[in-house]
Amino acid sequence: MQSFVAQPDEIGWPYSSQGNEEKRNLSLGGHVGFDSLPEQLVSKSVTQGFCFNILCVGETGIGKSTLMNTLFNTMFENEEASHYQNGVYLRPRTYDLQETNVRLKLTIVDTVGFGDQINKEDSYKPIVDYIDTQFENYLQEELKIKRSLFNYHDTRIHICLYFIAPTGHSLKSLDLVTMKKLDSKVNIIPIIAKADTISKSELHKFKIKIMSELVSNGVQIYQFPTDDETVSEINASMNAHLPFAVVGSVEEVKVGNKAVRARQYPWGVVQVENESHCDFVKLREMLIRVNMEDLREQTHARHYELYRRCKLEEMGFKDTDPDSEPFSLQETYEAKRKEFLGDLQRKEEEMRQMFVNKVKETEAELKDKERELHEKFEQLKRMHQEEKKKVEDKRGYLEEEMNAFNKRKAAAETLSLSQPVKKDKDKKNRSVNMENQSGVSASSSKVMMAKANVEPLNCQSWWQAIQCCTCLVHNATWRPGGLF
Amino acid sequence: TKWEFWEIKQAFEKQYVGFATLPNQVHRKSVKKGFDFTLMVAGESGMGKSTLVNSLFLTDLYKDRKLLNAEERINQTVEIIKHTVDIEEKGVKLKLTIVDTPGFGDAVNNNECWKPITDYIDQQFEQYFRDESGLNRKNIQDNRVHCCLYFIPPFGHGLRPVDVEFMKALHEKVNIIPLIAKADCLTPNEIKKLKDRIREEIDKFGIKVYQFPECDSDEDEEFKQLDKELKECTPFAVIGSNTVVEARGQRVRGRLYPWGIVEVENQSHCDFVKLRNMLIRSHMHDLKDVTCDVHYENYRAQCIQEMTRYVRNESDNRMESPIPILPLSTPDVDTEKLIKMKDEELKRMQEMLNKMQQQMHDKEQ
Repeated sequence: MQSFVAQPDEIGWPYSSQGNEEKRNLSLGGHVGFDSLPEQLVSKSVTQGFCFNILCVGETGIGKSTLMNTLFNTMFENEEASHYQNGVYLRPRTYDLQETNVRLKLTIVDTVGFGDQINKEDSYKPIVDYIDTQFENYLQEELKIKRSLFNYHDTRIHICLYFIAPTGHSLKSLDLVTMKKLDSKVNIIPIIAKADTISKSELHKFKIKIMSELVSNGVQIYQFPTDDETVSEINASMNAHLPFAVVGSVEEVKVGNKAVRARQYPWGVVQVENESHCDFVKLREMLIRVNMEDLREQTHARHYELYRRCKLEEMGFKDTDPDSEPFSLQETYEAKRKEFLGDLQRKEEEMRQMFVNKVKETEAELKDKERELHEKFEQLKRMHQEEKKKVEDKRGYLEEEMNAFNKRKAAAETLSLSQPVKKDKDKKNRSVNMENQSGVSASSSKVMMAKANVEPLNCQSWWQAIQCCTCLVHNATWRPGGLF
Repeated sequence: TKWEFWEIKQAFEKQYVGFATLPNQVHRKSVKKGFDFTLMVAGESGMGKSTLVNSLFLTDLYKDRKLLNAEERINQTVEIIKHTVDIEEKGVKLKLTIVDTPGFGDAVNNNECWKPITDYIDQQFEQYFRDESGLNRKNIQDNRVHCCLYFIPPFGHGLRPVDVEFMKALHEKVNIIPLIAKADCLTPNEIKKLKDRIREEIDKFGIKVYQFPECDSDEDEEFKQLDKELKECTPFAVIGSNTVVEARGQRVRGRLYPWGIVEVENQSHCDFVKLRNMLIRSHMHDLKDVTCDVHYENYRAQCIQEMTRYVRNESDNRMESPIPILPLSTPDVDTEKLIKMKDEELKRMQEMLNKMQQQMHDKEQ
């Protein structure tokens, strides 16, 4: 017997898997026992429990919730959705189910408001975003330093059931657009909902039309796998029945002596589990009983890997550098990190610079404003000074006049006392003067009034002011030689 | 001779004047003239509109129809297609025009997808308006839409936003009769729930669908009962079929399923018979009347008001309008307001004058 231990000098270190290694089939001498490996795997997964996530996409009222209830034979709680949502939003609900000793963590994601808006151009976006987010969460977990993937609650969507309305003609434009956006991200199984409104001949034509439209537009739907001989036959035949025409019901109707799940019409009873009535049984068989594990695998191996690759490429990771030498993740990571830090620093500098600039600007502005205010202040001060000076001047002027007045008054009084004879002359003079004055009086009375306005202000009291006024006025008219 | 016969008749039926024969005369003349009716069908594709029309008029209007694929419909615009057929029954001729609206609600973005439809209806009104105001009115063709059947999908929980918007855009231009399409996917309970829900939502959104006229109070009880049932049955849940199947020993229009046969004319299966009776056998003329007396008159009044406003604004340019401008018998709202304002001003000024006069008078005294 040959030894299978690798000798360093014979084969080379590290152990190379390429080269002239021969794989040989050996026959066993007895029962070793590693044929229990599948059972070990199974018992491990049973203890762990299974996880399955279904996404139901379809118009409001098309029968998504009813079908889920029918498939899993449970009443998942569900309120009726309204047609008047502003947009599409996804509603995930997780349930723990158990059948014999197998536990299933089932998540059903509903698309609320799908197909109700008048403008449906953005309807697919929330769905794509949700799927991507689940992938992203898994990726983050995978990239962690300390990770616990075995414990991780996998929320990635394993299957998308797309509900097609039973118009009997073809797909709707929204269906085509949405499925094209989803086919590279998730396994799609299209189903015809409420199929009890299509007769057999119409159904045949409808199915053909739908499949041809999907093919001609390059929409990739999930194909049941035919590589495993045990299920390849049934899977192949089921592939030919796509899309499945389903009817859902949770109500039971008595048919013969059994109560079956069915819909009761005046013209007959549609039995959900009757294969000549609809394809419900086929769907259940394919989705749950045969291919559930394959769906999970496909999601992980194909859709998730595609997402991961795109995402990492976006981030700048490559498998081979320009010289086609394999890249070490570590080196790439280091390079990325340096770049990132460099970026950060630059950004910080920028921000600091901006901050400094802003501060300078604001300072300059404030200085300007200060200067302006200062100028204004100076100006006002000057004005004030001028005004004051003017007023002072006037006051001085008035005081002079007042003195002059008083002097003349005194002079006139002494004159009148010493020369009473000159009265007539005075009178004449007075009259002349008055005339003169009356000729001039218009302007001089104005002046007087002006003066009268000023003088009384310097008096201590009101009656004094009146006196001032009156005496001024009287003095003016009575003074020979006039005033000014 | 004729005169002798007439005298004898008169002698026998002294109190019989004879205008009771008017209905017969009307009947005779109308048969000679023939009738016309324009029916519009609207709704998303795949609702069974064409099948229903074929079932209603027992003919095949859509022999060579080509349906678009899904990718062609992504940006589809709404078209208006008219099919006109002349059909005759017991000497009565009917020129039936079916107005189809392919593309409605089929695109991904259906903003204002009802605009081509409202434009079409307005165009027919405008055409009639011109013809009616013209000099030679002998051969006016009435292309106005008398009735619009709107097909609501049975898959939802009630009216969808596009249904509401469509009906609100059209309810003042045409008689709308909403129908629940493809009713063979609903059990009787579900139909009742959906009908109640739709009636509720029609009230809530203020949509004015076609109302059956009230019975005269002197009709017999049976008729009144039928009428009441009819009204409570709206919106009608209909099924159509292009094929004849054998059911209960008879050949009937129906749909063949593995679990049974749906008969289109079976009243316990769907409301097709009620719709047909209402649309064709009893209310066809009322639909035409409401179109002429209400919808068309609304349009005409609006049209004239707009025109006179336009002409007033453009009075300098001496616009030549092909339609004679009729003087308004009642002033419109703006002029009335102005008149009122001026009146009040005058009153105020009058009062002031009086007051001043009084004052002066007092002063003099």
